[in-house]
Amino acid sequence: MKKIRKNHWYDYLWIWSILYFALGFFNILFAWLGLIDFLLPLVFAAVFGNKWFCNNMCGRGQLLWLLGRKGKCSRRASAPKWLSSKWFRYGFLAFFLTMFGNMLFQTYLVFSKAQSLKMAIKLFWTFKVPFKWAYHASALPDWSYKFAFGFYSLMLTSTLIGLICMVLFKERTWCTFCPMGTMTQGICQLKNKDKKEN
Amino acid sequence: MTKKKARPDASRCVACGVCKKECPRVAISIYKGCYAVVNLDLCVACGICAKACPADVIDIVAESEVN
Repeated sequence: MKKIRKNHWYDYLWIWSILYFALGFFNILFAWLGLIDFLLPLVFAAVFGNKWFCNNMCGRGQLLWLLGRKGKCSRRASAPKWLSSKWFRYGFLAFFLTMFGNMLFQTYLVFSKAQSLKMAIKLFWTFKVPFKWAYHASALPDWSYKFAFGFYSLMLTSTLIGLICMVLFKERTWCTFCPMGTMTQGICQLKNKDKKEN
Repeated sequence: MTKKKARPDASRCVACGVCKKECPRVAISIYKGCYAVVNLDLCVACGICAKACPADVIDIVAESEVN
């Protein structure tokens, strides 16, 4: 069959997903770049009212698809329904934002010198993993490192959850409860609400 | 033989766009970031989208059942 769809540069953003963790492994300050993945979908949703980021640019989604479908690492089985239900999606979003808020608070504690910087990441919000090698002293303040360790933990944890779901269920099961996806869809729905009522 | 079409459930769709990406006929679009919409003129009911959908909200049904 004739190929209707063309490849675009943004079809290769799964490389960015891997690169992000690789760079952060050597220098934790690269974790700050993850803010792009955080802010860009929100900008697309809030300004343009679409999920173009999720639909086309999400490197994590592409990576999960690549490993799950092309790499055959997924059972490709239906996930339980509650995983994509509204209460779980918004519940997970609330939990995620709470943990994000906690991470910002921890950063503040280091900023205000109430706490010292620990060179470790935390997986699944529970398990501390030493990450000393990624710390390279610079003129930058301690809190910027604290934020980087925290953000890297958050990104790695969510990627691991995504990978586990990919293996157990469908390739992109993560997308059904991805906090960014829930947030951007929520914004788009809010934006369209007024239009529908008219 | 009745013609079949893909029917996404808009109330449960998470608008991730996997179906849109996989559709070999480019028949699916994501309506304003809210849910997937199938262009019935293009859909051939191959079921690729239904299999790819992580939320399992796409059914392949008779055309008469698609509203």
